[in-house]
Amino acid sequence: MPVSSFPERGRRSGRLSAGRVPWLLVLPALLGLGFLVLPLAGLLVRAPWSALGARLLSAGVRDALLLSLGTATAATAVSLLLGVPLAWLLARTGFPGRRVVRALVTVPLVLPPVVGGVALLLVLGRNGVLGRYLYEWTGYSLPFTTAAVVVAQVFVAMPFLVISVEGALRGVDRRYEEAAATLGATRWTVFRRVTLPMVAPGVLAGAVLCWSRALGEFGATIMFAGNFPGRTQTMPLAVYLEMQRSPEAAIVLSLVLLAVSVLVLVLLRDRWTGTP
Amino acid sequence: MSSGGPGAAVLDAHLVVRRPGFGLDVRLRVALGQVLALLGPNGAGKSTALRALAGLVPLSEGHVLVDGADVTTAPAERRPVGMVFQDYLLFPHLSVVENVAFGPRCRGVPARRARRLALDLLAEAGLDGYAAARPGALSGGQQQRVALARALAVRPRLLLLDEPMAALDAHTRVSVRTQLRRRLAAFAGATVLVTHDPLDAMVLADRVLVLEGGAAVQEGSPAEVARRPRTGYVARLVGVNLYRGRASGTRVRLAASSGEGAVLTVAESVEGEVFAAFPPRAVALYRERPAGSPRNVWPLTVDGVEPFGDRVRVHLTGVLEVNADITAAALAELALSPGVRVWAGVKATEVECYPA
Repeated sequence: MPVSSFPERGRRSGRLSAGRVPWLLVLPALLGLGFLVLPLAGLLVRAPWSALGARLLSAGVRDALLLSLGTATAATAVSLLLGVPLAWLLARTGFPGRRVVRALVTVPLVLPPVVGGVALLLVLGRNGVLGRYLYEWTGYSLPFTTAAVVVAQVFVAMPFLVISVEGALRGVDRRYEEAAATLGATRWTVFRRVTLPMVAPGVLAGAVLCWSRALGEFGATIMFAGNFPGRTQTMPLAVYLEMQRSPEAAIVLSLVLLAVSVLVLVLLRDRWTGTP
Repeated sequence: MSSGGPGAAVLDAHLVVRRPGFGLDVRLRVALGQVLALLGPNGAGKSTALRALAGLVPLSEGHVLVDGADVTTAPAERRPVGMVFQDYLLFPHLSVVENVAFGPRCRGVPARRARRLALDLLAEAGLDGYAAARPGALSGGQQQRVALARALAVRPRLLLLDEPMAALDAHTRVSVRTQLRRRLAAFAGATVLVTHDPLDAMVLADRVLVLEGGAAVQEGSPAEVARRPRTGYVARLVGVNLYRGRASGTRVRLAASSGEGAVLTVAESVEGEVFAAFPPRAVALYRERPAGSPRNVWPLTVDGVEPFGDRVRVHLTGVLEVNADITAAALAELALSPGVRVWAGVKATEVECYPA
């Protein structure tokens, strides 16, 4: 009977889409997963677990760790101070050339950090476009100082914050800001008491992202700030250097960076991994 | 310009907003203690008018005077206006009392006093126990009361309410509406409220202004608007059969749009272009042509039947379109269903006739 064939066909097609595994997709997927996970597993396997405590407390590692934490935090603070207003400008105003500005903001995201370092040197170096006057007038030279580390990190990491905060600002229901205005709030009050609290999760996520990017910064730092232990040698730089002298120290430093990354992931889990 | 004496208009506005594909041009005057309802279909410009009064939409032309002071170009934060938004827009990151204290704080009231004021307003609204709660923990009706308290906290001269009932479910509406009416009656200023629900307008407002296509099509007391609608939209809203025609004596010959050639007999003699209206309850239906009292009788065809409150509404078409409300018993007795031909009768004394 022709009628009875319909439900049968429906059932078969249902099983097709739900049950059968397309190996052409699954095999490369598993390969990709292994490729991403295995190196990290290797790091854990080779870690000198017994000597970990002593290694972490050794002067070289401690200096690099403290310098990294300090500069990344400072860079995040600077990025917040400059980046949140920049994000507001991009999200809330319609000035001409806004699209160009947004494109410029995202350039450091895709630019090789080493190139960023070169660019910073050319502008802020002792003979740089601006650095020359800074040196002539104040005798201060920025490159190869701890401040230069922060500058390099801000350059590379701030776009992450700006993009994140701009997205959060666009997601806010602007009628709340209108409601605040009808209650007598000036634009600054609206921003401070309504907009900013409402985008706080986005700002926090951006700051964490920015901080972890600053923490991992290598290319721009080594180019613009050099590699002086205790002054500009941050953890990624120390990892690179130690790998040639004592790989065990490099592994310990790498483990610390890995732990920080995992921590960041945990902090942001609701934003990225929360959706099934 | 208007002076500030008693009885003078608190609000005197001429709102002109022009946008591509949309234009608003309406004049509003609201006296002290008065509640004006802007009633109209979606897209009529009600909300735009309200936002223009609040300073959230710039005027293309016209003026806004509050207590005689020109605030036409004043930004929203410097107008003596309180606004209750459609879904209340209570700040989710602030507690209820902080929400209410927000306005006074913005206007320079010290924190402690602003909080005191907010607590007093919450007590008046019957929300004593909710000061520390987040707005999200409140019911729709409670949120509306907080929103009203927040708007009143800035001591506005002009109170604006945008669809204050729209976000509530049907069974809380009645009690919330009654409370809102009491609060509005106690408000010492002018109120403009926007609604598309005629019941809100009837219960809450002293005066109704009907907006259609960005222009005022009718203004009057709620009873007047309900009894003598001037557009099809209002007639449908208040549930009245409305026709337009030319009167001569007690006979009204209907215009083409209302039912070409049909004639309505009215009780009192009038002349010229008129509206004629009668409620569906005034229509009687018969299987045979009735003899005697009803002066208006037409043979019509049943187009549809639907339950309507405790009655049944019958849609009839023919030389003119008529809605008739009859009892379920009458429906059964007449055996009405779509396509059946019946006689519809209306007494001349039931027909309201007024100049167009």
